[in-house]
Amino acid sequence: MSKVLMKGNEAFAEAAIRAGCNCYFGYPITPQNEIPEYMSHELPKAGGSFVQAESELAAVNMAYGAAAAGGRAFISTSSPGLALMQEGLGFICSTEVPLVVLNVSRGGPGVGGIQPGQADYLQVTRGGYNGDAKTPVFAPAGIQECVELIYEAFDIADKYRNPVIIFADGMMGQMMEPVELPEKKPLISAEQIRTQKPWAITGTDHHDGRNVVYSLRLQPDVLEAHVEHMFEKYAKAERELARYKTSNLDDAEIVFVAFGTMSRLCAEAVELLEAQGIKAGVIRPISLWPFPDAAFDEIGDKTKLVISTELSMGQMVFDVKAAVNGRWPVGLINRTGGVVPSSVEIAERAKKLLEEVK
Amino acid sequence: MISGPRKIAVTGHFGSGKTEFSVSLAFAMSRLCSDRLAICDLDIENPYFRSREKQAALENAGVRVYSDPFNGRNGSELQTISAAVRAPLEDAGCRVICDCGGDSVGARVLNQFRKYFTPGDHRLLCVVNCGRPGTDTPEKAAAHIRAIEDATGLSVTGLISNNHLIRYTEPEHIFEGWEFTKEVEAITGIPALAACCMETLVHSVEGRGFDVFPIGMHMRDTYLDREV
Repeated sequence: MSKVLMKGNEAFAEAAIRAGCNCYFGYPITPQNEIPEYMSHELPKAGGSFVQAESELAAVNMAYGAAAAGGRAFISTSSPGLALMQEGLGFICSTEVPLVVLNVSRGGPGVGGIQPGQADYLQVTRGGYNGDAKTPVFAPAGIQECVELIYEAFDIADKYRNPVIIFADGMMGQMMEPVELPEKKPLISAEQIRTQKPWAITGTDHHDGRNVVYSLRLQPDVLEAHVEHMFEKYAKAERELARYKTSNLDDAEIVFVAFGTMSRLCAEAVELLEAQGIKAGVIRPISLWPFPDAAFDEIGDKTKLVISTELSMGQMVFDVKAAVNGRWPVGLINRTGGVVPSSVEIAERAKKLLEEVK
Repeated sequence: MISGPRKIAVTGHFGSGKTEFSVSLAFAMSRLCSDRLAICDLDIENPYFRSREKQAALENAGVRVYSDPFNGRNGSELQTISAAVRAPLEDAGCRVICDCGGDSVGARVLNQFRKYFTPGDHRLLCVVNCGRPGTDTPEKAAAHIRAIEDATGLSVTGLISNNHLIRYTEPEHIFEGWEFTKEVEAITGIPALAACCMETLVHSVEGRGFDVFPIGMHMRDTYLDREV
């Protein structure tokens, strides 16, 4: 299949359609507005339903209902919009309903700005919802990877009966790249919903009794048993979903840890440092939860410093420190508020941090 | 284009490469002509990748940049255009490039400046990119051009071919884009003027019977072509 030139947000929407998404609920927010716009004219052509909700709260709860009825549901938003959706996401985790959520993130807190940000790291990996729940989170570093992750995320959500979050910063949504789009999957039929999702609310005409999707469990022991069941799923997810890529770890003095746009900047910073005689490598977490701790076991014995590199005041750095577990000093290089540093700035700051630990 | 009318407005399908073309044209003009130069960023659609982001480099090259009332530092979703954009349009000694937003929706902004675009005193260019899903047939591209003309009340005077796959671009993409744009010319009667081509590929596509316009990749920072 040949490549086509697409803007990130267009490609993400098309990836969802090709994954068999049959219902999308959207509310505009920059920098992801091209997604609801694209879905509004393309999803109906593919046999699906597009609804422009009146708010992010409405969008997530419409998706909750559609997914509870067996729909292959998709929502997208950007950082402050995701904050508004948190209550719904908690309910969806509790009721074990599959949903794919795309966060094309921007600067915060509050309304913040519209330039790229990664300060939702804690929001997406820890959740802003109440109670004990977890959400698999994948952070692509390019449009092609994001397309493939969205395509697969629908199946992961179905398998684990849980929301899956794709965390693509604003640069991913707004940039353009050549993309090879995957084959379009057929829409799930009513009969397939009944056989593949026997828990779904599909009416009472085809089986005895009725299905109920609910999160209210008033007896403490019943609720505890349900949460323990959820955590059995999460333990399985931790074993199965951790993903990462590495480069140049073998003889690296400095190891950058970076995801999304920052990983591309770090790749260029590695070249700049190499030209100055300093070996550096990169660990790129693709899954942010589960965090790919195993990647850090690949760090060689020449490494003197691990640097978490982020578009936030430092949020992933806590996971990096946990994964490092005292084996190397951990530094932080960051910008926030929508400011994207240059690779030159990253290389210079990395050199200073290296001098401090030598 | 350097020796033609002093006002050039650049339109095209969403994502066709208008801004990269406009910025490259501004830099080329700064090297080749001694007139006062200006670029008006009239894009009120895109939040990123707008010509105003290259304001410092353009002004170092002698190109005055006009955009929003916050002098390009408006990071909000309030898409506004400074009244100052009228200055270079009224200045008979200034060559000006107007970089519009995508599609007819983005081009519509030219309506409020229509009095500055009278027949014969300007070029209204349309960037044609056959690699984009919305303009992948000559008929679709022609329909976009008609929509832009309907929205602006102006006639497109020239077509610029801009087929590319960024770092994956091969000379064949340039040839394919030119042939496609000639088909659009046949449908619309609007002349195909040139084919854009990354500077590094120019030597591979010259001498094939069409003008080549070198594109500088000014809007794409180098780190975006790195990956782990």
